[in-house]
Amino acid sequence: MKSITKQKTFEEIEQQLDGFDRVYIAGCGTCTTMTKTGGREEVLEMRERLQELGKLVTGWTVIPTACDEMTEVAVKENNGAIQNAKCILVMSCALGVHKLSTYIDKPVIPALDTLFIGVEDGPGCFQEVCAQCGQCVLGETAGICPLTACHKGLLNGPCGGTDNGKCEVDKEKDCGWTLIYQRLQEQGRLDLMRKHHSPRDYNVAPRPRTTMIT
Amino acid sequence: MAQSFREVLKSDKFVITSEIGPPKGTNIEKMLHHIDLLKDKVDALNVTDHQSSVMRFPSIGGCLAIKEQGGEPILQMTCRDRNRLALQAELLFAYTRGIRNVLCLTGDAVVVGDHKAAKGVFDLDSAQLLKTIRQMEAGKDLGENELDGAVEFCAGAIVTPEANPIEPQLIKFEKKIEAGAEFFQTQAIYDLEKFAKFMEYARQFPVKILAGIILLVSARMAKYMTENVPGVFVPQNLIDELAAAPKGEAINKGIEIAGRMIATIKEESMCDGVHVMAIGREEVVPDILKAAGLAT
Repeated sequence: MKSITKQKTFEEIEQQLDGFDRVYIAGCGTCTTMTKTGGREEVLEMRERLQELGKLVTGWTVIPTACDEMTEVAVKENNGAIQNAKCILVMSCALGVHKLSTYIDKPVIPALDTLFIGVEDGPGCFQEVCAQCGQCVLGETAGICPLTACHKGLLNGPCGGTDNGKCEVDKEKDCGWTLIYQRLQEQGRLDLMRKHHSPRDYNVAPRPRTTMIT
Repeated sequence: MAQSFREVLKSDKFVITSEIGPPKGTNIEKMLHHIDLLKDKVDALNVTDHQSSVMRFPSIGGCLAIKEQGGEPILQMTCRDRNRLALQAELLFAYTRGIRNVLCLTGDAVVVGDHKAAKGVFDLDSAQLLKTIRQMEAGKDLGENELDGAVEFCAGAIVTPEANPIEPQLIKFEKKIEAGAEFFQTQAIYDLEKFAKFMEYARQFPVKILAGIILLVSARMAKYMTENVPGVFVPQNLIDELAAAPKGEAINKGIEIAGRMIATIKEESMCDGVHVMAIGREEVVPDILKAAGLAT
């Protein structure tokens, strides 16, 4: 499982850094290293590009896992260079950006857009399979989430836009409901597809969602 | 007063519906002209709801215009742009203004339209919308609250008889019937043999089926539809027929083909009626009906 990110355009990064002449860069050693969007190599490349822009890069680091508690330690260890900067450019997913913002009293600027939580179903190939909706229906849909695999998140079967097992939004995308249908058929459980699903409860746990493990 | 659409559906009459595409803008002259031209030639007129996710004058506005002109409207409602509160509210409004027919659709994806960055809602789906109507008829909203004045609608849905694979669509078709659909307007059909096969299956259900007829205006359009519109297959012989038409005559050939198909469907009692879609060429619908031998 990885938090999947893509780098923002350099123009957008440049725009966000407008007015900040000294920048500290933080990458992440976990997801964005794996996805090559914010590992050591990408951080160093960013440093070079910012220097070309005339920015002073006061320092950089690749935090082992930017979203966990150890981030605080990394911030303390690099405090000098961080304090010397006007802002922190973060090359982790948004979870890391958030975490860093709680430890640093300076603007934190995301260099990446966080797209989804993905599972790797082939080398380097990540897929979104869960929308974290709080109301799991996988038991009735042969392990394929209709909220995620169907572009429209339909609960009662495919729309009329499906064609030869593909989705109307992109001929390369599989129709989630065709996949569910095929798997339920293999399992001899097509009756599940005939069941009417009532409208979803979108407030199972109203946002922002929190939990306390006791 | 003329028969309601539900009464027409219940009669043995060969039902004819057509559709009106509202304009992009406030110039509704053409739409009003089309309504005037068609309202007495068909049993009911659908008004599309931001068809293909392209923002337009609303379906409800077109339906009110049809009512004002003495026609029978079918309010098309997609689940793409409104959550359950907005959908229910519009049903209440529609009912108070004399609109009695609703076609429940999921709606095209936002990204196929002209506001690609918009949020697709899909709070409900077509089957859930049908059930919502039946619940509101029983006097309750989706929050289980009592309504001060209920609604009553003749509710329909759509089906794609030539989808591949077909079984998931048929399961959904049956779910829509269980959810309360009384009539179906099909996706465009061109291969009557295949359609007959679908009807063999569909006849077991207590619903009326209106075969979707989309006017083909050129061989190019026919090819485009086959290649790009899900569940639409124009047989090669029809494409050839259109291609062989003299320059500028392809639309007349298309009218002839549509008329021929409608006549065959009626003669062979293949289904309960037709839904004629001329997408932007509504003014030729009377010609299609004439070609089918149905003009009054």
